[in-house]
Amino acid sequence: MSHVTLPKDGAFHLPEEPHHPEGASTMLGFYIYLMSDCLIFAVLFATYAVLGGSYAAGPGPKELFELDLIAVNTAMLLFSSITYGFAMLAMQRHNSKQVIGWLLVTAVFGAAFLCIELYEFHHLIHIGAGPQRSAFLSAFFLLVGTHGLHVTFGMIWLFTLVFQVRKFGLTSAMQRRLGCLSLFWHFLDVIWIGVFTFVYLVRMV
Amino acid sequence: MSLTEFIFGRLTLEAIPYHEPILVATFAGVVVIGLALMAVMFRYRLWGPLWHNWIVSIDHKKIGIMYMILGLIMLMRGFADAIMMRIQQAIAFNGSEGYLNSHHYDQIFTAHGVIMIFFVAMPFVTGLMNFVMPLQIGARDVAFPFLNNFSFWMTVGGAVLTMLSLFIGEYAQTGWLAFPPLSGIGASPSTGVDYYIWGLQVAGVGTTLSGINLLVTIIKMRAPGMTMMKMPIFCWTALCTNILIIASFPVLTAVLVLLTLDRYIGTNFFTADLGGNPMMYVNLIWIWGHPEVYILILPLFGVFSEVTSTFSGKRLFGYTSMVYATIVITILSYLVWLHHFFTMGSGASVNSFFGITTMIISIPTGAKIFNWLFTMYKGRIRFEVPMYWVVAFMITFVIGGMTGVLLAVPPADFVLHNSLFLVAHFHNVIIGGVVFGVFAGINYWFPKAFGFRLNKFWGLVSFWGWVIGFWLAFTPVYVLGLMGVTRRLRVFDDPSLQIWFVIAGIGVATIAVGIFAFIIQIAVSIMQRDKLRDVTGDPWGGRTLEWATSSPPPSYNFAFTPVAYDVDAWHDMKQRNYQRPLNGYQPIHMPKSTEAGIILAALSTVCGFALVWYIWWLAALSFVAMAGYAIYHTFNRDRDYYITAEQVAETEAARTKLLATQV
Amino acid sequence: MAHHAHNDAHHGDDHSHGSFKSYMTGFILSVILTVIPFWLVMEEVLENPTATILIVTGFAVAQIIVHVIYFLHVTPSAEEGWTLTSTVFTLVVVFIMVAGSVWVMFNMNANMMPAHDMTVTGAEAPEGMGSGDPESPQ
Repeated sequence: MSHVTLPKDGAFHLPEEPHHPEGASTMLGFYIYLMSDCLIFAVLFATYAVLGGSYAAGPGPKELFELDLIAVNTAMLLFSSITYGFAMLAMQRHNSKQVIGWLLVTAVFGAAFLCIELYEFHHLIHIGAGPQRSAFLSAFFLLVGTHGLHVTFGMIWLFTLVFQVRKFGLTSAMQRRLGCLSLFWHFLDVIWIGVFTFVYLVRMV
Repeated sequence: MSLTEFIFGRLTLEAIPYHEPILVATFAGVVVIGLALMAVMFRYRLWGPLWHNWIVSIDHKKIGIMYMILGLIMLMRGFADAIMMRIQQAIAFNGSEGYLNSHHYDQIFTAHGVIMIFFVAMPFVTGLMNFVMPLQIGARDVAFPFLNNFSFWMTVGGAVLTMLSLFIGEYAQTGWLAFPPLSGIGASPSTGVDYYIWGLQVAGVGTTLSGINLLVTIIKMRAPGMTMMKMPIFCWTALCTNILIIASFPVLTAVLVLLTLDRYIGTNFFTADLGGNPMMYVNLIWIWGHPEVYILILPLFGVFSEVTSTFSGKRLFGYTSMVYATIVITILSYLVWLHHFFTMGSGASVNSFFGITTMIISIPTGAKIFNWLFTMYKGRIRFEVPMYWVVAFMITFVIGGMTGVLLAVPPADFVLHNSLFLVAHFHNVIIGGVVFGVFAGINYWFPKAFGFRLNKFWGLVSFWGWVIGFWLAFTPVYVLGLMGVTRRLRVFDDPSLQIWFVIAGIGVATIAVGIFAFIIQIAVSIMQRDKLRDVTGDPWGGRTLEWATSSPPPSYNFAFTPVAYDVDAWHDMKQRNYQRPLNGYQPIHMPKSTEAGIILAALSTVCGFALVWYIWWLAALSFVAMAGYAIYHTFNRDRDYYITAEQVAETEAARTKLLATQV
Repeated sequence: MAHHAHNDAHHGDDHSHGSFKSYMTGFILSVILTVIPFWLVMEEVLENPTATILIVTGFAVAQIIVHVIYFLHVTPSAEEGWTLTSTVFTLVVVFIMVAGSVWVMFNMNANMMPAHDMTVTGAEAPEGMGSGDPESPQ
């Protein structure tokens, strides 16, 4: 609002109500929320960095991690990123059918990501390397699991938006919501870059 | 698992502490007062107005006032804990066990710390920011009014969970930061730590969201012409405080999640075996904990600045340096956390780094003290009640700051760590800074909120009770700390120490007089409200925009969006003979009240309670209900309305009439 | 309705949207920046593990910057610079938290558990400890 032009005569109030677009602060607010979320992940990364070497005579990364799987998973998330981008581009063209289409494609990639992650977790727990086994595994499960929970939440949100786009069309409120989810989705990508690098790759060297 | 176990988790009749006479008496008192209040509410049919005008209200002014009321109620509880500890320590000598067993005593000192920080100081600070900041920047409300209501009720939910532990189960016996392994499931198998965890998690969500909300409000909704460097200093401190909230409360949330997992599913973050490291908890929680103390004090620095400037009749000395000092403190607060655990053994180089950064913080803080002194210098100082608090603050806080710098020296800290000297130090800065500031703020902005000033006589009684009481209570604690007495002790062997504890007890009694006088002050002021009435909207000769509107302000705050040309925008308007516009009103776009906030917060409180008692079905149910209701709420598109130009004209005409009676 | 929505979207939020070109640029860059580190680690290309770790970390930083610019659309002009400011501030705090925790905890382990099998290379010798600390071993 600070960019409204000041009255020329030095008056102490605006003669007209300044046009105050609905939800003008939402995107910034949501971005700042993401920054606070980022700090939650920072704590989890710090925990992994400090406790990541405490195997308690249990298995370590080289015995547990399968990089092929992680590579596939990373690909899933990257694809879902660009398809969400396409949904945003369709939104700019006001094509709600395409928006829904690309959102659903995104959801497929997201679901694939979650399935692979669940498979990995299941496999680890099955071979006795669950989160209770050692501080390293506690930190691993929490960090990767928190990211997975965020993706799950993003999927629920995504389906809600698919439904709402169908119901309300691409109103300005819906555009704002799609924009927020876009930020959220790409933010999870950024976190995943940290995960695959510092949780998996670096520990497999 | 039996059916009762499925339905009630580990909640049994044993959890009701009917064998503790103190708690039974407390419970009886709560019931009597509660019933009396309910009766009054029914008698005068107040439930409807309470619900429509307050509980579901998204007006930032009302939410701010509700935060202050929450803080006051919880202050009573926290202070009751303080009195109990002081009495116990004053009598537990010469073989006497005192009147509190260790189980009860340990809960009291934990609850005292948690409540005073999270449910007294935080609501006070958030309440002041909520009420004052949007008015000062000339906004109609905060950026996300619904979120504001939700944040408030989440804070209440956390407080409710914490208070519930009094009568159902028990509270943590771990000290206010619940360090593992003591707070682990092995050493604390009961519900105490779980109440602690879920109470703070529920309240923490509220605090974080309110931080985001207020920050975005300051960034986006300032009046035209109000550039960052023309913002009132209180808004600057609120800005930095909210940045600190956003960048530190997530850390608390995450750390508590780790502790929760250790307790609930047997992970090994902070356990003593299988590679866990309890010291990591201490490290992480202080990364939140140190910024937290600046979250508490920074807004009050803003209050002191506004009050000093107003009652000295002068522009604030060194506005720019004040802003930069605040920013420097904000950033430095992330670089000092280790000074809370110098003795943990990180070695000389780590300790010196954190010792030095800690000492550096005293430089910007000292600059602020000089700014306030120079503001007063050659000013026409009017000694109204808020100004008394400022002077007492400056003296008290400087001494607290100096003992802080003393503790920042690692070798000195090795001697004083965990002693009563530390306890005296942080009470010195928190009471001398935060509490004095809150009372300055309440006395200063009360007329803005309610339309009449507070009685000066009782305000001064309250003031002297607090200030004398504080020094009587904590000077002996400093002395005891220097003699090597550690904190959180319940009984003592050395009879020569008793006299100091007795003096400290007298000090607390004096503070009680101060608190009681404050309640009388409010009651007397309500009775004398016609005499104390402020119809001008500007009872103190204020300098910032909140004084430009009526007291109390209309729901839309300003009939016309104000334009700021100066830091002291309202002072500037008065200097240049500003005339209040009397026509040309326009419809004003406002957000609508909603009950979604309290419903969501109630569901999370239920969820927290269920998790404390392992009632899994209820936890799952309330969580799903919460998620479902939140999604349902996003379908609600009926969120705003217009105040018509006629309604605005009517309200403003009433004010014009009132103003005319004054001249 | 659609017209109105269109108007609104261009008034209110001054955040930048991406274009097809910018999304594709970001995507291709991040594919490259992902594939190389995976290849480096999976094929054990480099002899020196430290070098591999440093390079992989470098790629991660680069890819994070790419994502922030091309997908999150953080630029100096978006939201009057507030998103950029908050991003930079967050990164500083993240760095302080992670690096600080590692530093603090590593030194503490080195000082408090000297008998334990800790590789003490690089940690300060425990010269600062022991001065009256009851927990210091022996």
